[in-house]
Parts: sequence; C-alpha cells; structure tokens
Amino acid sequence: MEKLLEVEHLTKTFTLGSVISRVRITAVDDISFYIKPAEIFALAGESGCGKSTTARIIMGFEHATSGTIIHSGKKEAKNEKVWFTEGIQAIFQDPFATFNPLRMVEQYFFETIQNYKLAKSKREAIERIDAKLRLVGLTYEDLAGKYPSEFSGGQLQRISIARALLTDPQLIIADEPVSMVDASLRMSIVNLFKQLRDELGVSVLYITHDLATAYYVCDRIAIMFRGKIVEMGTVEQVLMAPKHPYTQLLRASIPEADTAHRWQGEIRLSDTEQDEYLRQGCRFAGRCPMVMDVCRRVTPPQFDVDGALVACHLYAETKQ
Amino acid sequence: MKNNTILRTERLHAHYILDVYGKAKVIKAVNDVDLAIQEDEIYGIAGESGCGKSTLLKALAAAVEPPLRIISGRVTYRIAGAEVDVSTLTQEEKRKLRMEYIAYVPQGSMSVLNPVSRIRDTYRDFIESHISVHQKGEAFALAKEHLTELGLPVKILDAYPHQLSGGMRQRVTIALATLLKPRIIIGDEPTTALDVVVQRGVVQLLKDVQAKLKNTIVLVTHDMGVHANIADRIGIMYAGKIVEEAPTEKIFSAPTHPYTHYLINSLPKFGDKSPRESVPGSPPSLANLPTGCPFHPRCPHVMDICKQEMPGYTQVASNHKVACWLVGEGTHGKAA
Ligand SMILES: Nc1ncnc2c1ncn2[C@@H]1O[C@H](COP(=O)(O)OP(=O)(O)OP(=O)(O)O)[C@@H](O)[C@H]1O
Ligand SMILES: Nc1ncnc2c1ncn2[C@@H]1O[C@H](COP(=O)(O)OP(=O)(O)O)[C@@H](O)[C@H]1O
Ligand code: SF4
Ligand code: SF4
Ligand SMILES: [Mg+2]
Ligand SMILES: [Mg+2]
Repeated sequence: MEKLLEVEHLTKTFTLGSVISRVRITAVDDISFYIKPAEIFALAGESGCGKSTTARIIMGFEHATSGTIIHSGKKEAKNEKVWFTEGIQAIFQDPFATFNPLRMVEQYFFETIQNYKLAKSKREAIERIDAKLRLVGLTYEDLAGKYPSEFSGGQLQRISIARALLTDPQLIIADEPVSMVDASLRMSIVNLFKQLRDELGVSVLYITHDLATAYYVCDRIAIMFRGKIVEMGTVEQVLMAPKHPYTQLLRASIPEADTAHRWQGEIRLSDTEQDEYLRQGCRFAGRCPMVMDVCRRVTPPQFDVDGALVACHLYAETKQ
Repeated sequence: MKNNTILRTERLHAHYILDVYGKAKVIKAVNDVDLAIQEDEIYGIAGESGCGKSTLLKALAAAVEPPLRIISGRVTYRIAGAEVDVSTLTQEEKRKLRMEYIAYVPQGSMSVLNPVSRIRDTYRDFIESHISVHQKGEAFALAKEHLTELGLPVKILDAYPHQLSGGMRQRVTIALATLLKPRIIIGDEPTTALDVVVQRGVVQLLKDVQAKLKNTIVLVTHDMGVHANIADRIGIMYAGKIVEEAPTEKIFSAPTHPYTHYLINSLPKFGDKSPRESVPGSPPSLANLPTGCPFHPRCPHVMDICKQEMPGYTQVASNHKVACWLVGEGTHGKAA
C-alpha cells in the first residue's frame, strides 16, 4: 500500500517546573500511524492530549525526542525541510491570529508565491492566486486591497486554506481548523476538505475534537488520550462501534443535535491533566468504569480488534 | 400561558456607536428584539458568529457600557412580583442585583478568576463583598459547602487558576456565579472552548444548578448539540434580530425560517454521511445591513417584498413565532 506519510514510534517529552519540582511529561508517547494519498485522517482527543505537539513535529517546528517521520518513503533528514514546506502546508485554529490586522490579506499570497518562486510575473501570480481562491469559493477580486478585519472568521479560514494550496501540497495539516467557527461555517470548511481530496487528491490530517465532522469527512481516525493512541481504525469502526472505554465516553459525550437523545447519567471528569500524564499503567484507569487490577500496573499494548487497533487490557484475549 | 415572565425585552435596539476618523460608525448589533423569558426555564440563543448574541446578553445583564448604547426599547426584570425597568436602576442598585439576582458569565470568562490568587482567595473576596461575614473561616466554610454541593473537589480551593484544566476553571467560574443563588444566570458560550467530555461536565453542572434553584438560565452557544441537550426554548438570531423562536423540539423537528432550516439541516449526524449543505454566502455587516429582511441576500426563497420590508412575527403554532414573508405578514417590527 502506498503511504504518503508515516509516523513511527514518535515520542516527545517536555520538562516542566523548576529545578526542585521538576516533572517530565510525555506529551506524545510512542505513537505510530500513516496517511495514504487522497485520504482524510483524523487525530482526535481532548485538549492537551498531544495532538498539536504531533502536528508541530510533523511540520518540523519541533524536534521529536525519538521516532521517525517518513514522507513518500523518504525519511526526514534532520536539516532537510524541503519536502514538508512544499509538500505539506498547515492551517491553524484561529483564523484571526494567522493574519496580521495591519497587512492586506493578499500580501500573504504574494509572499508565498515569492518564497517558492511560483510565478514569473505579477500577472501570473494573480492568476495562480485567483485559481486557488476559486477552489474555496472566492476570487482575487474579493480580497484585493482588503484587510483581515473586513472578512468573517469563516471567510478568513477559507482564505488561509487557499493560501496553503498555492504550493500544490500533497498534505494539509489542519490543527482544529473549525473550533473557532460556528456550526454553519464548520460545514463549509469540512466540505472544502472533501472536495480537495476528491478533486485534487490532497490528503488532510484533520486534528479536531469535533467527532461529528470527523465522522462526516474522514476515512480513518486515531483517538489520542494523554499522549497515546488508544484506538485507531476507519471512522465507521471507531465512531460507530467504539471499543476503548475512553472512545466510548467520548462518543457518548457528544451532544447530538437531536432532542430525543439527550444525555443520560453523569460522568466523571479529571481534575488536572498532569496527574493523568504521570499515571502508571493505563492513563485512563482513574476514570475508567471497566478498570481492572492489571490496568493500574501495566501499560496496555495495542490489540487488533476486528481490524481496529485498541490499547486496552479488556481485549487481551484477542490476538496482539 | 401563566405569566411567569422574569426577564423581558420590548423592541430592544442596542448599537455600538464608534468614532471612526471623526465620523460616527453605527454597528446595529441588536435590532428590535422582543423576549419574554420565563421563570424555571433554560432559554437558548443560537446564531452565527457576529450576529449580536453577546451584545444581547450584555443588554439583558444590564452590563451596557460605551460604545454600546441602548438606542430604544426596554429591558425589565421582575423582582419580588414587580416589573422593574433596568434603565431606572442606579449603579449601586445594579451592583447589588448582580450576582444576587442576576449572574452574568461573559464569553471567555475564565479570566474572572484572578490568575495570581488561589481560588479560595477569589471565593473569599467574592463572598465578603456580597454578604456580611462575621467569623474568620466562615467564607471558606461556605465555599467548601457550595463546591461539595455541586460535586466539585474541595481541594481546588488551594489551586491557582493555571493549575486547573480549562474545563475545571470554567466549572469553578460557574460555581462562583451561582453561589448567591441568583434568579437568573446568563452564560455566554460557557462551553465553546472545551472539548466534548468536559463540555458535557459543564452542561451537567448548569443543569444541576438550574434543577436545584428552579431559576432561569439564558444560554448562548452556537453548538446546536448543546442546545438540544439543555434548552427548553430557543431563539434563533440573525443580524441582530430573533428570526425564529420555539420550544427546542420544534426548532429541531420543524425549523421554519429559511436560515434556521440551513442551520439545522447542515448539522452532521453519526451514521449518515450524506452531503450537508451550509448556508450560502456570508454574514451581513451589521454596520451596513441589507434592506428589508436581512437574510435576503442569502435566501433561496427571496421575493421582491423581502428586499423592501422587514417581515413581522407570525405565530405558526403556540409558542412558535417566525419572522419571514413566506410564513405571513406578521404583526409588528416591519419598520425595523
Ligand atoms: N466593544 C465593541 N465595540 C464595537 N463593536 C463591537 C464591540 N463588541 C462587538 N462589536 C460588534 O458587534 C457585532 C455583534 O457582536 P457580538 O459580540 O454580539 O456577536 P456574537 O453573536 O456574540 O458573536 P460570536 O459568536 O463570535 O461570539 C459584531 O459586528 C462585533 O464586531
Ligand atoms: N512547549 C511546551 N512545553 C511544555 N509542555 C508542553 C509544550 N507544548 C505542549 N506541552 C504539553 O504537552 C501536552 C500536549 O499538548 P498539545 O500537543 O498542545 O495538546 P493538544 O493539541 O492535543 O491540545 C499538554 O500537557 C501540554 O501542556
Ligand atoms: S486498560 Fe483498563 S483502565 Fe485502561 S481503558 Fe482498558 S479497562 Fe479501562
Ligand atoms: S423574508 Fe424573504 S428573504 Fe427573508 S427569510 Fe423569508 S423568504 Fe427569505
Ligand atoms: Mg492543540
Ligand atoms: Mg459572542
């Protein structure tokens, strides 16, 4: 099988606190996954579970403590960042923070064109910009001479996607691209990802905690909890028949836009994330309704359960 | 319906009046809003970003400060059986009402907690500024009792805000806002920055508080799933107007305004991957509203009259009103 991106045994530790009370947090703990060409892959989980750290390492903004990242079969050499700058583009959470309010939005486009030498003349540049903006439902006319404050959040987010498309990337890393926009605009953005995948063969690493849109656009999904991938498979497997107790909790916590399915019962929340990061054995043990003795001592390995990977001792009888 | 209205607005207009290079720029964030919010009810307000939800809440909470101004209309509270026009209250009276009668948790309000003091100190300051405390330790005891009642761990009192997770901070803020058992709680996007599990915990807390106090909650969120879970009635806001209002089940099962239609039908559902269409076009500028019905530039059903005149409300069922020419001429608000 052809793979566009392979992440193998990626680990990242941070040291927090002062000299006297130092704690080491393994924000990303030995995770492995791959993304195929023309695939939308979701990395989901609650805030602080290590999603952004993973994304930043893939983009080269941060060094891994250990592990490898392979792009189109090529291992990342320490100083060779060409593939990911051209082949990978990023979109971030807050569209307003992406653009400086004092700069005209089009300047960002011309800058990217210049940096990557994507056009020989101004006219050629404008043609390229216009073509990319059309993919997101806008035109060069719409943004010529305008400042960020003249656009809504959803428009700005689409504009940042158009800019990311300038270099014809194979992979777009979108870190919570919809968490700041409202429900109706959310759909216009995820619909755009779908269109990019289907029409241009672009892959997307969709980082989110919005599982409903993840189900809607994604092919496969990995659920992260406190630095570990606890469940991974197709969205049908993971979201329609969740196996890991954390995924089950996550799935049951999504408020469905359906008054017939209101939440039943109460849930337990963690007080601080640090405690869970430092926990021995399964990090979910403090909140897991199924917890067993072994869970508090031994970190559960990944088991193959009907084609999905599940890191939980409950599935120990199945083959590893 | 028995009159249990506790919070009422009548033809409320609230605008931001800005000075842009010597010229006045008017942002019409709340336009002709009539609300009658009941006792013992959770009223939800939904609408896209920038449509004026937070501004409406500021007016409801009597937290209007320049450049925001009430242009016309009124906000009234019913206090001890009597209707009180908020505009007649003095600063001192408003201060007194705040937290004791009406608690307002603004958007992004985790900042209510002082970052350099422990939660217990914030609690103590808050308690001492509202009720007379006689004995040392009494405030602390009250804080402990309150947290326990809400099912929050007492040990957080010793923490600094940054040591708590975002969800815990938000729950502590809500706990603080409800300490004095206010009759009305106004919450602006209290769950928006949180992930689903934590969001559920916060919603659970709000529901518990409401069930205990039998008071009124006005809740703004653009997460329709949260509304479906908690709200009794919902007002859909578009360009500063409430364009549709109905019991929650009706909003989901029989959305009638074309905007509400898009809002509800674009929501993704588990087990159904069929394409969802989002609202076409972009939100209007509140500084330069379209004539007539503000939704007309984006509406697939637009007619000539929509471009000229604002439709009034039509009662399509008991408790269900809609401002759209497709539904009827309506009763008032045409000139707005
Ligand atoms: N202090 C202010 N001064 C000037 N304009 C303001 C101010 N606060 C809000 N506005 C403007 O008023 C309009 C309505 O804003 P409001 O904050 O009420 O929107 P909202 O519906 O709460 O949006 P969101 O979902 O993004 O929170 C917007 O156009 C906004 O830019
Ligand atoms: N630069 C850093 N220094 C120390 N800790 C960090 C740093 N970046 C992230 N962390 C910690 O790593 C964990 C994972 O963070 P992050 O990857 O941002 O999570 P997510 O994107 O899933 O919300 C958190 O506990 C966070 O506090
Ligand atoms: S390993 Fe144990 S504690 Fe962890 S999720 Fe599975 S059953 Fe629960
Ligand atoms: S009044 Fe006209 S433009 Fe406005 S929502 Fe109804 S049909 Fe559409
Ligand atoms: Mg993040
Ligand atoms: Mg707001």
